[in-house]
Amino acid sequence: MSDAMTSDKMVAREKAEAKVPFETILEVKGLKRYFDVSAPWLNRVLEGAPKQILKAVDGIDFAIKPGETFSLVGESGCGKSTVAKLIVGLHGPSSGSIEFEGMDIAGRSRKEMAPIRRRLQMIFQDPYASLNPRWKVRDIIAEPIRAFDLADSPDEVLERVGRLLTQVGLAPADGDKYPHEFSGGQRQRLSIARALASEPDFLVCDEPTSALDVSVQAQILNLMRDLQKELGLTYLFISHNLAVVCHVSDRVGVMYLGRLAEVAPTDLLFSKPRHPYTRLLLDTIPDLEMSGRERMPVAGEVPNPINPPDGCAFHPRCPFANDRCRSERPDPRPTGDGALVACHGIEEGRIPDAPIISKPAVPEGLSA
Amino acid sequence: MSKHLLEVKNLRIEFPTRRGLLTAIDDVSFHIDEGEVLGVVGESGAGKSLTGAAIIGLLEPPGRVAGGEIIMNGRRIDNLGYEEMRKIRGREIGAIFQDPLTSLNPLYTVGRQLTETIMTHTDMTPTKARERAIELLTEVGIPAPEKRVDQYPHQFSGGMRQRVVIALALCVNPKLVVADEPTTALDVSIQAQIIALLKKLCRDHGTAVMLVTHDMGVIAETADRVAVMYAGRIAEVGPVRQVVKQAKHPYTEGLMGSIPMIGHTGEKLQQIEGSMPRLTNIPTGCAFNPRCPKAFDRCFKERPNTIDVDGTEVACWLYDKEAAHV
Repeated sequence: MSDAMTSDKMVAREKAEAKVPFETILEVKGLKRYFDVSAPWLNRVLEGAPKQILKAVDGIDFAIKPGETFSLVGESGCGKSTVAKLIVGLHGPSSGSIEFEGMDIAGRSRKEMAPIRRRLQMIFQDPYASLNPRWKVRDIIAEPIRAFDLADSPDEVLERVGRLLTQVGLAPADGDKYPHEFSGGQRQRLSIARALASEPDFLVCDEPTSALDVSVQAQILNLMRDLQKELGLTYLFISHNLAVVCHVSDRVGVMYLGRLAEVAPTDLLFSKPRHPYTRLLLDTIPDLEMSGRERMPVAGEVPNPINPPDGCAFHPRCPFANDRCRSERPDPRPTGDGALVACHGIEEGRIPDAPIISKPAVPEGLSA
Repeated sequence: MSKHLLEVKNLRIEFPTRRGLLTAIDDVSFHIDEGEVLGVVGESGAGKSLTGAAIIGLLEPPGRVAGGEIIMNGRRIDNLGYEEMRKIRGREIGAIFQDPLTSLNPLYTVGRQLTETIMTHTDMTPTKARERAIELLTEVGIPAPEKRVDQYPHQFSGGMRQRVVIALALCVNPKLVVADEPTTALDVSIQAQIIALLKKLCRDHGTAVMLVTHDMGVIAETADRVAVMYAGRIAEVGPVRQVVKQAKHPYTEGLMGSIPMIGHTGEKLQQIEGSMPRLTNIPTGCAFNPRCPKAFDRCFKERPNTIDVDGTEVACWLYDKEAAHV
């Protein structure tokens, strides 16, 4: 009975989607988020210290097509998690727009956001911190169903919870347990079940496997892939692990200090990385093929985002930097084959396609 | 009999708990030769860090070595008293831990921590020790070491702090360094720097390393030999190339298959069903039997012996059967 109802609902939704075909499900334009990290007012007055603004996300644009997996990759502090929080509305943007199916959702009120929040869910990194330890699993998963009023009777809620648990590879009887009775991988399955409870179209996954062991990570990545096929989900996947990103994504955006350095389809990014940062990042992936090549680690560290370098933020670590890179900030430009690269050197064609000079051997990604 | 730098024989670590005795490490044996890098991999709870802690004598009570021996340079070290062990720790065995922020004292300058260690283990004068500290900081690649030596740990970034910890571990040229997840808390580009540094320094000083990590990639790049641990036991020990390229134990095979790799997009990852058993609930026979796709009768009854297969020691009955056939 309720099975038929949900499928009816799904059909209805599909129809609604068919009516207004959106080329992009989510589009982010000029998104910025600044945090004020100044000392308290009194200290500023007494010590004459200036205001300090941390530009966590400093003007990024990207668009995600329905059914695809778009990944943001970068080192800690590059702003990738802030982007995730901006999209689900946990932070409001300082400027810029976030369009979900053509509607700007940035800075909307809670009430206005409610119908969109149902369709836009999030999976968090730490499954130990993101599940309420005092709630039974059944209540945790039922919460979105109740909050969005998606079931007609308590029995239907229960039935749905059971179905969701089965869907993520657990048993309906697990609903009676508490989160502490589950292992890390199983908890992440619970987080996924909760995210799916409101029948979303779009999932923001912030480092969903970073806290897990590799064999469990494989289980979760496979599960996410199966669910995507089954339910036609769109993922924004955030990770620092390039191998995982390469495995799951259709397109990848590489972030560095709050900006996008390069956006490209996965195959292209990993076979022909353009931006010097992307190349150096790819070169840091430990080599399981045992080719015995000596890696050339990227020199230096990510600069302090409160005081980012002028011009291209990567220039202090970039072997190709010149005066223009030090003074003028590059904007992402299309390269003609589907990639966007924010680099003066690439635009001017002065960066060779060949591997970066200081390296003795061809990196794995380029030779493949 | 060849002399190994470190030999661990039938090590057994137990934790008495309210619900009975918990055997966290069960009959683990391996050795490390001089100047060799032994990688120890396994998932969380496999007992890899515990083995490292037992070697440096920093097992947290109520955990205790309940059986077996740890022999360093021909001398048994697992039954030494606190003071005796303190002399060995740092002097002969250095340690690098995962989180550089918790392994440095936030109230002391980096220089003071280095000179203190140097002066505890050698009879250098304070001035000499300070010079040595600056030399060490230069060696681990810290810019402006003369200035940095008087700074506190919070003034360093994560990668720089881990460099200081490495300097601290190597400051009196120990024969062995136990590095417990030295790069796990760091970003990928910094991780590559630290691994390269550790590799170079140990090669230059001839230091042997026991590298404990869950990251097979780090092992593949750094180690000479690998020990794969599962549920407090060793599944497989062998030369790194063999273990990575032709894993023998079904667990290692599954583990290698579950690692996403660049250039293998679109395929489903191989997955090992289930999860590691709780230590209170280790199955009889082979600990891996509930998850093993190749398990047969004997695996459920008897715990496998280590069997030598082309230079790799494997604890799996599959290979005994084969040996019997040939």
